[in-house]
Amino acid sequence: MSVTKGVCPLTMRQIVDEYFIENRTKLLDIAAFLDRIERSSDQEDPSKDFRLRVFRKALDILSEDGQSRVLRMQMLLSDPTTAPRTVLDQKSAKGAWDDQEAAR
Amino acid sequence: MRYIEMHAHMVSRTTDDYERMALTGCVAVSEPAFWAGWDRSTPEGFEDYFRQLTEFEPKRAQQYHIQHYTWLCLNPKEGDDRKLATEVVKRIPKYLDRPGVLGIGEIGVNRITLNEIETFKDHVQLAVDHNQMILIHTPHLEDKYKGTKIIVDNLLKFQKLDPSRVLVDHAEEHTIDMILSNGFHTGLTLYPNTKVSAQRAVDLVEMYGTERICVASACDWGPSVPVALPYFMMEMRRRKHPESLIDTMVYRNPAAFLEQSPKFMLPGEAQPAAVPAAK
Repeated sequence: MSVTKGVCPLTMRQIVDEYFIENRTKLLDIAAFLDRIERSSDQEDPSKDFRLRVFRKALDILSEDGQSRVLRMQMLLSDPTTAPRTVLDQKSAKGAWDDQEAAR
Repeated sequence: MRYIEMHAHMVSRTTDDYERMALTGCVAVSEPAFWAGWDRSTPEGFEDYFRQLTEFEPKRAQQYHIQHYTWLCLNPKEGDDRKLATEVVKRIPKYLDRPGVLGIGEIGVNRITLNEIETFKDHVQLAVDHNQMILIHTPHLEDKYKGTKIIVDNLLKFQKLDPSRVLVDHAEEHTIDMILSNGFHTGLTLYPNTKVSAQRAVDLVEMYGTERICVASACDWGPSVPVALPYFMMEMRRRKHPESLIDTMVYRNPAAFLEQSPKFMLPGEAQPAAVPAAK
Protein backbone atom coordinates (compact mmCIF):
# COMPACT_ATOMS: atom_id res chain seq x y z
CA MET A 1 0.00 0.00 0.00
CA SER A 2 1.24 3.48 -0.75
CA VAL A 3 0.14 6.99 -0.07
CA THR A 4 -1.04 9.47 -2.64
CA LYS A 5 2.13 11.47 -3.06
CA GLY A 6 1.92 15.03 -1.86
CA VAL A 7 -1.47 14.68 -0.24
CA CYS A 8 -2.36 14.82 3.43
CA PRO A 9 -5.54 12.79 4.04
CA LEU A 10 -7.02 15.50 6.26
CA THR A 11 -9.11 18.38 4.94
CA MET A 12 -7.90 21.95 5.43
CA ARG A 13 -10.39 22.40 8.27
CA GLN A 14 -9.28 19.16 9.91
CA ILE A 15 -5.61 20.18 9.68
CA VAL A 16 -6.35 23.53 11.28
CA ASP A 17 -8.54 21.97 13.97
CA GLU A 18 -5.85 19.42 14.76
CA TYR A 19 -2.69 21.53 14.58
CA PHE A 20 -3.60 25.19 15.14
CA ILE A 21 -3.10 25.34 18.88
CA GLU A 22 0.33 23.70 18.91
CA ASN A 23 1.56 25.88 16.06
CA ARG A 24 0.15 28.98 17.75
CA THR A 25 2.34 28.00 20.70
CA LYS A 26 5.39 27.70 18.43
CA LEU A 27 4.74 31.18 17.03
CA LEU A 28 4.52 32.64 20.52
CA ASP A 29 7.75 30.86 21.49
CA ILE A 30 9.54 32.48 18.55
CA ALA A 31 8.12 35.89 19.43
CA ALA A 32 9.22 35.46 23.03
CA PHE A 33 12.68 34.32 21.90
CA LEU A 34 13.14 37.51 19.86
CA ASP A 35 11.84 39.65 22.76
CA ARG A 36 14.28 37.88 25.13
CA ILE A 37 17.18 38.80 22.88
CA GLU A 38 16.12 42.44 23.05
CA ARG A 39 16.16 42.14 26.85
CA SER A 40 19.69 40.72 26.89
CA SER A 41 21.96 41.94 29.67
CA ASP A 42 24.56 43.32 27.25
CA GLN A 43 22.11 44.81 24.72
CA GLU A 44 24.35 43.49 21.95
CA ASP A 45 23.26 44.14 18.37
CA PRO A 46 21.49 40.91 17.22
CA SER A 47 22.56 41.46 13.64
CA LYS A 48 26.15 40.73 14.66
CA ASP A 49 25.29 37.06 15.17
CA PHE A 50 25.14 35.08 11.92
CA ARG A 51 22.48 32.77 13.33
CA LEU A 52 20.12 35.64 14.07
CA ARG A 53 20.72 37.20 10.65
CA VAL A 54 19.60 33.92 9.08
CA PHE A 55 16.74 33.62 11.54
CA ARG A 56 15.30 36.95 10.38
CA LYS A 57 15.43 35.79 6.77
CA ALA A 58 13.74 32.53 7.76
CA LEU A 59 10.86 34.50 9.26
CA ASP A 60 10.34 36.17 5.89
CA ILE A 61 9.98 32.74 4.26
CA LEU A 62 7.13 31.88 6.64
CA SER A 63 5.00 34.66 5.23
CA GLU A 64 5.72 33.93 1.57
CA ASP A 65 3.73 31.69 -0.75
CA GLY A 66 5.13 29.53 -3.52
CA GLN A 67 7.64 26.67 -3.39
CA SER A 68 7.84 24.60 -0.20
CA ARG A 69 8.60 26.87 2.73
CA VAL A 70 10.38 24.13 4.64
CA LEU A 71 12.60 23.33 1.67
CA ARG A 72 13.53 26.98 1.18
CA MET A 73 14.21 27.34 4.90
CA GLN A 74 16.41 24.23 4.94
CA MET A 75 18.48 25.63 2.10
CA LEU A 76 18.70 29.05 3.76
CA LEU A 77 20.18 27.37 6.84
CA SER A 78 22.57 25.17 4.84
CA ASP A 79 26.20 25.57 3.86
CA PRO A 80 25.97 26.50 0.16
CA THR A 81 29.63 25.79 -0.60
CA THR A 82 30.87 22.60 -2.24
CA ALA A 83 34.54 22.31 -1.21
CA PRO A 84 35.47 20.12 1.77
CA ARG A 85 37.17 21.74 4.77
CA THR A 86 40.91 21.25 4.71
CA VAL A 87 41.10 21.00 8.51
CA LEU A 88 38.62 20.03 11.18
CA ASP A 89 37.41 23.19 12.96
CA GLN A 90 35.17 21.64 15.61
CA LYS A 91 33.11 18.49 16.15
CA SER A 92 29.63 20.02 16.21
CA ALA A 93 27.56 21.89 13.66
CA LYS A 94 26.33 25.38 14.56
CA GLY A 95 22.75 25.27 13.28
CA ALA A 96 23.14 27.78 10.48
CA TRP A 97 25.69 28.60 7.82
CA ASP A 98 28.10 31.28 8.97
CA ASP A 99 28.23 33.54 5.94
CA GLN A 100 31.47 35.10 7.20
CA GLU A 101 33.33 31.80 7.75
CA ALA A 102 34.92 31.88 4.32
CA ALA A 103 36.20 35.41 4.87
CA ARG A 104 38.08 34.45 8.03
CA MET B 1 1.81 -2.66 17.06
CA ARG B 2 5.09 -4.35 16.12
CA TYR B 3 8.07 -2.30 14.97
CA ILE B 4 11.73 -2.63 14.07
CA GLU B 5 14.02 0.09 15.44
CA MET B 6 16.37 0.61 12.49
CA HIS B 7 18.88 2.85 14.24
CA ALA B 8 19.49 2.90 17.99
CA HIS B 9 22.72 3.27 19.96
CA MET B 10 21.65 0.98 22.75
CA VAL B 11 25.05 0.84 24.46
CA SER B 12 24.23 4.40 25.56
CA ARG B 13 20.80 3.49 26.89
CA THR B 14 19.63 1.85 30.07
CA THR B 15 18.03 -1.56 30.34
CA ASP B 16 14.82 0.28 31.26
CA ASP B 17 14.83 1.65 27.71
CA TYR B 18 14.88 -1.87 26.30
CA GLU B 19 11.87 -2.60 28.49
CA ARG B 20 9.99 0.49 27.26
CA MET B 21 10.78 -0.42 23.68
CA ALA B 22 9.58 -3.99 24.16
CA LEU B 23 6.40 -2.81 25.87
CA THR B 24 5.63 -0.51 22.91
CA GLY B 25 6.09 -3.25 20.30
CA CYS B 26 9.77 -3.24 19.38
CA VAL B 27 10.83 -6.69 18.18
CA ALA B 28 14.26 -5.96 16.69
CA VAL B 29 16.97 -3.33 16.94
CA SER B 30 19.72 -2.45 14.49
CA GLU B 31 22.63 -0.68 16.21
CA PRO B 32 25.29 1.09 14.17
CA ALA B 33 28.69 1.84 15.66
CA PHE B 34 28.78 5.35 17.05
CA TRP B 35 30.93 8.05 18.62
CA ALA B 36 31.13 7.72 22.38
CA GLY B 37 30.91 11.49 22.89
CA TRP B 38 34.68 11.56 23.32
CA ASP B 39 37.41 10.28 21.00
CA ARG B 40 38.70 6.77 21.60
CA SER B 41 42.47 6.85 21.73
CA THR B 42 43.46 3.41 20.46
CA PRO B 43 42.38 0.76 17.93
CA GLU B 44 42.12 -1.63 20.87
CA GLY B 45 39.42 0.64 22.30
CA PHE B 46 37.40 0.06 19.14
CA GLU B 47 37.87 -3.68 19.39
CA ASP B 48 36.42 -3.61 22.90
CA TYR B 49 33.48 -1.61 21.51
CA PHE B 50 32.96 -4.15 18.71
CA ARG B 51 32.92 -6.93 21.32
CA GLN B 52 30.36 -4.98 23.31
CA LEU B 53 28.19 -4.59 20.20
CA THR B 54 28.45 -8.23 19.14
CA GLU B 55 28.62 -10.09 22.47
CA PHE B 56 27.17 -8.12 25.35
CA GLU B 57 24.45 -6.00 23.75
CA PRO B 58 22.58 -8.90 22.08
CA LYS B 59 22.29 -10.60 25.47
CA ARG B 60 20.86 -7.45 27.04
CA ALA B 61 18.29 -7.13 24.24
CA GLN B 62 17.40 -10.80 24.45
CA GLN B 63 16.18 -10.32 28.04
CA TYR B 64 13.30 -8.34 26.53
CA HIS B 65 12.80 -10.62 23.53
CA ILE B 66 14.26 -8.01 21.19
CA GLN B 67 16.56 -9.24 18.42
CA HIS B 68 19.79 -7.26 18.27
CA TYR B 69 21.78 -6.58 15.09
CA THR B 70 24.74 -4.31 14.57
CA TRP B 71 26.96 -2.47 12.07
CA LEU B 72 30.68 -1.84 12.55
CA CYS B 73 32.94 1.09 11.70
CA LEU B 74 34.87 4.03 13.04
CA ASN B 75 32.20 6.72 13.27
CA PRO B 76 32.44 9.92 11.15
CA LYS B 77 32.99 12.02 14.27
CA GLU B 78 36.39 10.32 14.57
CA GLY B 79 37.03 10.05 10.84
CA ASP B 80 39.39 13.00 10.65
CA ASP B 81 42.08 11.00 12.48
CA ARG B 82 43.44 9.14 9.48
CA LYS B 83 46.05 7.13 11.38
CA LEU B 84 43.51 5.76 13.85
CA ALA B 85 40.88 5.21 11.14
CA THR B 86 43.24 3.26 8.91
CA GLU B 87 44.17 0.94 11.75
CA VAL B 88 40.56 0.41 12.83
CA VAL B 89 39.42 -0.36 9.27
CA LYS B 90 42.11 -3.07 9.11
CA ARG B 91 40.71 -4.71 12.24
CA ILE B 92 37.01 -4.73 11.29
CA PRO B 93 37.02 -7.79 8.98
CA LYS B 94 37.63 -10.25 11.78
CA TYR B 95 34.29 -9.23 13.32
CA LEU B 96 32.20 -9.33 10.14
CA ASP B 97 31.33 -13.02 10.43
CA ARG B 98 29.80 -12.63 13.88
CA PRO B 99 26.08 -13.55 13.98
CA GLY B 100 24.48 -10.12 14.45
CA VAL B 101 26.73 -8.10 12.18
CA LEU B 102 24.77 -6.81 9.17
CA GLY B 103 27.43 -4.63 7.56
CA ILE B 104 29.49 -1.45 7.75
CA GLY B 105 28.05 1.60 9.48
CA GLU B 106 27.26 4.18 10.37
CA ILE B 107 29.87 5.72 8.11
CA GLY B 108 29.86 9.10 6.40
CA VAL B 109 31.18 12.55 7.13
CA ASN B 110 30.73 14.95 10.03
CA ARG B 111 32.25 18.41 9.33
CA ILE B 112 33.10 17.37 5.76
CA THR B 113 36.89 17.49 5.91
CA LEU B 114 39.20 15.97 3.33
CA ASN B 115 40.33 13.40 5.91
CA GLU B 116 36.76 12.43 6.79
CA ILE B 117 36.01 11.83 3.12
CA GLU B 118 39.06 9.56 2.77
CA THR B 119 38.01 7.58 5.84
CA PHE B 120 34.49 7.28 4.43
CA LYS B 121 35.83 5.94 1.13
CA ASP B 122 38.03 3.42 2.98
CA HIS B 123 34.94 2.07 4.73
CA VAL B 124 32.94 1.85 1.49
CA GLN B 125 35.80 -0.05 -0.13
CA LEU B 126 35.87 -2.37 2.87
CA ALA B 127 32.15 -3.05 2.42
CA VAL B 128 32.57 -3.68 -1.30
CA ASP B 129 35.54 -6.01 -0.73
CA HIS B 130 33.59 -8.05 1.83
CA ASN B 131 30.16 -7.84 0.15
CA GLN B 132 28.69 -6.01 3.13
CA MET B 133 25.63 -3.81 3.33
CA ILE B 134 26.19 -0.17 4.33
CA LEU B 135 24.44 2.18 6.76
CA ILE B 136 25.36 5.83 6.25
CA HIS B 137 25.29 8.82 8.60
CA THR B 138 24.72 12.22 7.03
CA PRO B 139 25.93 15.36 8.84
CA HIS B 140 23.97 17.63 11.11
CA LEU B 141 22.21 20.93 10.57
CA GLU B 142 23.98 23.33 8.19
CA ASP B 143 26.36 20.58 7.08
CA LYS B 144 23.64 18.14 6.01
CA TYR B 145 22.98 19.27 2.44
CA LYS B 146 26.63 19.63 1.43
CA GLY B 147 27.66 16.45 3.28
CA THR B 148 24.87 14.34 1.82
CA LYS B 149 25.74 15.52 -1.68
CA ILE B 150 29.42 14.66 -1.22
CA ILE B 151 28.48 11.25 0.22
CA VAL B 152 26.11 10.44 -2.65
CA ASP B 153 28.60 11.66 -5.28
CA ASN B 154 31.34 9.46 -3.79
CA LEU B 155 29.07 6.41 -3.50
CA LEU B 156 28.21 6.67 -7.18
CA LYS B 157 31.91 6.35 -8.02
CA PHE B 158 31.96 2.79 -6.61
CA GLN B 159 30.83 0.86 -9.65
CA LYS B 160 30.51 -2.45 -7.78
CA LEU B 161 28.26 -0.94 -5.14
CA ASP B 162 24.59 -1.92 -5.31
CA PRO B 163 22.61 1.14 -4.09
CA SER B 164 19.75 -1.06 -2.94
CA ARG B 165 22.08 -2.45 -0.24
CA VAL B 166 22.89 1.03 1.09
CA LEU B 167 20.76 3.10 3.46
CA VAL B 168 21.62 6.82 3.59
CA ASP B 169 20.21 7.89 6.93
CA HIS B 170 19.05 11.09 8.63
CA ALA B 171 17.37 12.47 5.50
CA GLU B 172 15.45 15.72 5.67
CA GLU B 173 13.37 17.77 3.24
CA HIS B 174 16.39 19.07 1.30
CA THR B 175 18.27 15.76 1.00
CA ILE B 176 15.68 13.01 0.61
CA ASP B 177 15.25 13.47 -3.13
CA MET B 178 18.95 13.12 -3.99
CA ILE B 179 19.11 9.92 -1.90
CA LEU B 180 16.02 8.19 -3.30
CA SER B 181 16.55 9.27 -6.90
CA ASN B 182 19.93 7.52 -6.91
CA GLY B 183 18.43 4.21 -5.80
CA PHE B 184 19.46 4.20 -2.13
CA HIS B 185 17.24 3.45 0.83
CA THR B 186 16.85 6.28 3.31
CA GLY B 187 15.96 6.86 6.92
CA LEU B 188 14.12 9.64 8.75
CA THR B 189 15.40 10.30 12.25
CA LEU B 190 12.96 11.34 14.95
CA TYR B 191 15.05 13.64 17.13
CA PRO B 192 13.59 16.16 19.57
CA ASN B 193 15.55 19.11 18.12
CA THR B 194 18.16 18.52 15.47
CA LYS B 195 16.58 16.25 12.86
CA VAL B 196 12.90 15.69 12.01
CA SER B 197 9.83 15.64 14.22
CA ALA B 198 7.21 12.92 13.89
CA GLN B 199 5.02 15.45 12.07
CA ARG B 200 7.65 16.33 9.48
CA ALA B 201 8.49 12.65 9.04
CA VAL B 202 4.86 11.91 8.18
CA ASP B 203 4.84 14.94 5.86
CA LEU B 204 7.81 13.41 4.01
CA VAL B 205 6.06 10.05 3.71
CA GLU B 206 3.02 11.82 2.30
CA MET B 207 5.19 13.69 -0.20
CA TYR B 208 7.60 10.92 -1.26
CA GLY B 209 5.58 7.75 -0.68
CA THR B 210 6.69 4.75 1.33
CA GLU B 211 9.15 3.03 -0.99
CA ARG B 212 12.69 2.64 0.44
CA ILE B 213 11.96 4.94 3.41
CA CYS B 214 12.46 3.85 7.02
CA VAL B 215 11.94 5.73 10.27
CA ALA B 216 14.07 5.46 13.41
CA SER B 217 14.77 7.10 16.75
CA ALA B 218 18.58 7.01 16.42
CA CYS B 219 18.57 7.27 20.21
CA ASP B 220 22.00 7.72 21.73
CA TRP B 221 23.65 9.39 24.76
CA GLY B 222 22.25 12.83 23.84
CA PRO B 223 18.69 14.18 23.91
CA SER B 224 16.75 11.48 22.08
CA VAL B 225 13.74 9.24 22.58
CA PRO B 226 14.14 5.46 22.35
CA VAL B 227 10.38 5.07 21.92
CA ALA B 228 10.11 7.73 19.21
CA LEU B 229 8.60 5.28 16.72
CA PRO B 230 5.34 4.89 18.65
CA TYR B 231 5.00 8.69 18.47
CA PHE B 232 5.45 8.46 14.69
CA MET B 233 2.74 5.78 14.57
CA MET B 234 0.45 7.98 16.62
CA GLU B 235 1.03 10.87 14.21
CA MET B 236 0.16 8.59 11.26
CA ARG B 237 -3.10 7.66 12.99
CA ARG B 238 -3.80 11.32 13.76
CA ARG B 239 -3.81 11.91 10.00
CA LYS B 240 -6.06 8.91 9.36
CA HIS B 241 -3.45 6.83 7.57
CA PRO B 242 -4.40 3.12 7.61
CA GLU B 243 -2.77 0.63 9.96
CA SER B 244 -1.38 -1.27 6.98
CA LEU B 245 0.57 1.82 5.92
CA ILE B 246 1.94 2.29 9.43
CA ASP B 247 3.04 -1.36 9.44
CA THR B 248 4.82 -0.78 6.14
CA MET B 249 6.76 2.15 7.54
CA VAL B 250 7.80 0.72 10.90
CA TYR B 251 8.08 -3.01 10.19
CA ARG B 252 7.93 -4.10 6.56
CA ASN B 253 10.25 -1.44 5.11
CA PRO B 254 13.05 -1.96 7.64
CA ALA B 255 12.61 -5.72 7.30
CA ALA B 256 12.84 -5.48 3.50
CA PHE B 257 16.14 -3.61 3.74
CA LEU B 258 17.66 -5.67 6.53
CA GLU B 259 16.63 -9.01 5.04
CA GLN B 260 19.16 -8.43 2.29
CA SER B 261 21.61 -9.73 4.86
CA PRO B 262 21.22 -13.49 5.29
CA LYS B 263 21.88 -12.98 8.99
CA PHE B 264 18.72 -10.95 9.56
CA MET B 265 15.65 -12.95 10.43
CA LEU B 266 12.25 -11.59 11.26
CA PRO B 267 10.98 -12.32 14.75
CA GLY B 268 9.68 -15.85 14.83
CA GLU B 269 12.14 -16.93 12.17
CA ALA B 270 15.17 -16.64 14.44
CA GLN B 271 16.82 -19.90 15.35
CA PRO B 272 15.77 -20.91 18.85
CA ALA B 273 18.54 -21.25 21.36
CA ALA B 274 19.50 -24.88 21.92
CA VAL B 275 17.91 -26.37 25.00
CA PRO B 276 20.33 -28.67 26.79
CA ALA B 277 19.11 -32.22 27.16
CA ALA B 278 18.10 -33.25 30.64
CA LYS B 279 20.59 -35.53 32.32
